[in-house]
Amino acid sequence: MPKWAKGWLALTVLLLIYGFYRAMAAPREATMGNLYRVFFYHLPHAILSFVFPYLNLAASFLYLFWRNRNVERAAAADAFALASAEVTVLYATIGLATGMLWGRAAWGIWWAWDARMTTYLLLWLLYVCYLLVRSFSSTGQTAVIAAVLAIFAAIDIPICFMSIRWWRTQHPAAVFGGGANSGIDPSMLPAVLWNMVAWAMWGAFLVGVRYAIERRRQQDANAEALGILSREETNAVLRHRLEEA
Amino acid sequence: MNYAQHVLTHLRKDLRLEWRTKDSINGMLFFALLVVVVLAMAFDPASYPDMTRQISGGLLWVALLFAAMTALNQSWARETNNSVLDAHRLLEAPASALFIGKALANFFFVTAVEIVLAPIFTVFYNLQPLGQAWKLLFILPLGTWALVVNGTFFAALSLRTRNRETLLPLVLLPISMPALLAMIQATTAVLTGQFEPTLWIKVLLAYVIVFTTACVLLFETVLSAD
Repeated sequence: MPKWAKGWLALTVLLLIYGFYRAMAAPREATMGNLYRVFFYHLPHAILSFVFPYLNLAASFLYLFWRNRNVERAAAADAFALASAEVTVLYATIGLATGMLWGRAAWGIWWAWDARMTTYLLLWLLYVCYLLVRSFSSTGQTAVIAAVLAIFAAIDIPICFMSIRWWRTQHPAAVFGGGANSGIDPSMLPAVLWNMVAWAMWGAFLVGVRYAIERRRQQDANAEALGILSREETNAVLRHRLEEA
Repeated sequence: MNYAQHVLTHLRKDLRLEWRTKDSINGMLFFALLVVVVLAMAFDPASYPDMTRQISGGLLWVALLFAAMTALNQSWARETNNSVLDAHRLLEAPASALFIGKALANFFFVTAVEIVLAPIFTVFYNLQPLGQAWKLLFILPLGTWALVVNGTFFAALSLRTRNRETLLPLVLLPISMPALLAMIQATTAVLTGQFEPTLWIKVLLAYVIVFTTACVLLFETVLSAD
């Protein structure tokens, strides 16, 4: 791991600890008590899981652009697309889980099919499907198929968002309708912002690590394909790297 | 040959193949009928007309979706025999013409199934639409095209994967979710007469335009993926 990455990780961990402190030190909420603190984790994850898909889309476009022009850059773009999709699924899963905890505390039920939850579930489904397709496809074609699917998924998100909003305004779900916060109390703001920054940095760190791992895997696969390394040599190199790490 | 002639040639070939074997249509029709019967086990359509009206739109589209999936999986399998697909790639004809021809053919097959299935559905589920039934003449073709255009595209995409039969529904369902929502809502609006289907027809139209464009633009990439 390069030095600056270690520095980034250290800073991220410090910010996460500070964010945790702010979240715990924020004033108790009147109706929900301490349970509402899950909100400080829910919000950053939910917002960030709408950011990573667009990094994934950008990387997919770059991949398709470079595919027949610059193989090395195309492979890098593909690795980045994979990394950002995995972090999207991770963050969306955490966002869904914390959202359900919140829902159980605030509304008494784990899940309501309201507009935001349904859209969010669809986002999660789309990127799980993206990862599934990657794991199903035969090597050599994975990247193209994945890039095409990423474009479809990214087009789908805004359409989902709008249509589901119309759906639920047409049949208003009266009891469990609106989200929990229409504007937040200023006393909660610092905790929200610090956690936002900390989790964004953590997400970026994960994407970076995943990208580096995928790049190494690609390079090893290339080396083996070109016959530079035999299978035994490749395994020896991999074992050596594992011991190093 | 110009673009339209290329499309027509592909379409005519697919229709002729289907006319000789009748595999897709017969398979789809029987499958859809079975789904309708199985769904009738879940509730009693004859005793609760109001509830039946509420959910029939959804049931009809679910039956059609599953039926279409069986045919879509097969539609490219024909092209892989004797490496016909590779021959297509060598042709001067634009790749998207092949796609549009295939999608149109699938559209006609599913429409044929709908024409037979709709009366059966109405009889079995005792349906009397309370809204304006003529609007179904827009909703059904639009919804069918929305399913078929993405379905044909993703069937071509899953040709490149290991277990292609499993993959198609896994990709098609999440991507089609807004279209499914729109067509089910529009059909329900017509059946119950409680609200106007106009908004949902517009959503469906927007979805169809956006995804048809995306499919046509990206098909060449998928065809020459390796």
